[in-house]
Amino acid sequence: MTPDGFFVLGATHHRATLAVREKLSLNAAGLADLQAELGALDGLREYAVLSTCNRVEFYGVASSPDAVARISAAFCQRQQFDAVEFDRIRLTLRGREAVQHLLEVSAGLDSQMLGETEIFGQVKDAYASAQARGSTGPVLNRIFQKGFQAAKHVRTHTAITEGQVSVANVAVDLALTIFGSLKETRILLLGAGEIGEKTAKAFLSRGAATVTVASRRFERAMELATSLGASAMPFEQRDARMAEFDVVVCATSAPDPVVLLPVVRSAMQRRPAQPLFFIDQALPRDVEPAVAEIENVFLYNLDDLAKIAAENRAAREAEIAKCRAIVAEKADALWRQVAPQIAALAVKVDSGAASPEGPASGEAVPSPRA
Amino acid sequence: MFDTFTDRTWLWAAAGLYFAGFVQGTVSMLRHGRPAGAATYGLIAAGYVLQLIGLGVRGRLVGGCPLGNTLELCQFTAWSAITLYLAVGVTFRASLLGYFSSCLAAILTLVSLSIPSWDAEIRRHIFGDNPWIELHAALAVFSYGIFALLALTGLLFLLRNHSLKHKNVGGWHSFLPSILDLDQMSVRLLAAGVAILAASLAVGSVYWVRDMSTVNLAKLLATVAVWLTYATTLGLRLRGWLLAKRFAWACVALFAAALLSLGPVDRSRHEVPPAGEPDRR
Repeated sequence: MTPDGFFVLGATHHRATLAVREKLSLNAAGLADLQAELGALDGLREYAVLSTCNRVEFYGVASSPDAVARISAAFCQRQQFDAVEFDRIRLTLRGREAVQHLLEVSAGLDSQMLGETEIFGQVKDAYASAQARGSTGPVLNRIFQKGFQAAKHVRTHTAITEGQVSVANVAVDLALTIFGSLKETRILLLGAGEIGEKTAKAFLSRGAATVTVASRRFERAMELATSLGASAMPFEQRDARMAEFDVVVCATSAPDPVVLLPVVRSAMQRRPAQPLFFIDQALPRDVEPAVAEIENVFLYNLDDLAKIAAENRAAREAEIAKCRAIVAEKADALWRQVAPQIAALAVKVDSGAASPEGPASGEAVPSPRA
Repeated sequence: MFDTFTDRTWLWAAAGLYFAGFVQGTVSMLRHGRPAGAATYGLIAAGYVLQLIGLGVRGRLVGGCPLGNTLELCQFTAWSAITLYLAVGVTFRASLLGYFSSCLAAILTLVSLSIPSWDAEIRRHIFGDNPWIELHAALAVFSYGIFALLALTGLLFLLRNHSLKHKNVGGWHSFLPSILDLDQMSVRLLAAGVAILAASLAVGSVYWVRDMSTVNLAKLLATVAVWLTYATTLGLRLRGWLLAKRFAWACVALFAAALLSLGPVDRSRHEVPPAGEPDRR
């Protein structure tokens, strides 16, 4: 009798390319169908499915040695994905290693964007969904709940989540250091391209009061404004209305600057006590560099933002060892608690080399991170 | 129980806690790149309580608000600044304000305790039995505490502005409050300081008008000049003529000038017959 019946099976961004992940991704209906299918699978006592844009993972407690292989087969068949190819890219971990993996995933240590916190909510949702379906039991309940505590501990006791690592979010953080809150902050987006759109979305998601889009092609500005729930204005009005805005995101493809020094000077005369923040994400630059010399005006270009994002990324990476040490300690403690529980449930997994899913039971498949 | 120790012992203990808050903040900044927010707040709060006890013991000794010599003025100013910090520090994202407040309080309290001549003379009953004069003095020195905190927010504004302009926003800079918060905090503190000093002058003027001989001219001029300068600064700021960096520099420079004005104010006590007899140590 072995406690290694707890396992994780899946495919993540480490080995699966974006194209492969697209094929493996589960929509809500597909996920529900698959879960129903798993519920009928012999030898699978408990399970939960985590499906995000970067990973599809099945966490479960098996009492049959071939349960993992049967999940794999069922999943490939449903997704019409080549089983041999899936075997090549898949991640299979058992026992304590699987526990540690769940803790690392929850804490954002296994994420493509290291330390991101969205994954924590996604893992919680996956667990809540499994709980609602009644597919969790004493083992998964304990592992997930303790795992959430461990992930919170990592986040609060290390700097793994500090500082933004995407250019758009760095821009929003900078705006917060100027305005304190975005709830009264008015954003002007010059240009209707993808970069500007991402930044505008980041501002809106963090509570910006209004976003106004101005593009040289007004119909494109209208289109983007509609999709963002923002408003549009003619590009030609940007100079006259500059003083109305607190943050100006510049992302046009214009060959020459579209924000000139005299215009900003004039705008600041109309709002002298209110700071004005320019985020110049265009190449060539949209804002005359001399604008930065004006009192209460702050100008950051693409290089400035990228440099801050890189520094934040480096700071997060420097925390990995500390985070992994905490996670390893928590995984050890958790495993000591659940291993007897699994053994008591008479979970039995064949540890023979002939195991259809490849590695011997109890022996962790090397993580692609390692 | 409070009489177990002397007033100076309580004040030394308070100064030690303020200094500990400053040292702890410095160590935390150097080691972890961040101020020790809650811990610093706790040390400052503990120091504040001990300082309040010390000032209370001194107050009982002198029979009124302890504002009779330079040590007492410095202690009361530091206590006023910390009172405000404890009130606003938790509402603003201003852990660095705590660090700087502990630094200011440590300097004011330790320096004033370390210079024997600043506490060589303990003067009793300087306000006689007139609570209005005592209120006038207490309000005036309390406003200095507000101006001390204003100088700190001005300093924080300058640091934040410099870090943003020079694209250096990581590390401990990320613990500075936002530009707009600091500016708004400064305007509110300035308005509060001007109002309280105006109230102090209004209370005092009732007695000056009655008998000008009881007032030292240097003290009067220095106090009115401080109030006028701060009031003018507030007017310029509200009209949008003194903004951002220049406004912050003005807040810092004015506090230095206000501290210098404490000299004439204190010296005036030696020139005007006090209501009570002085004690010589």
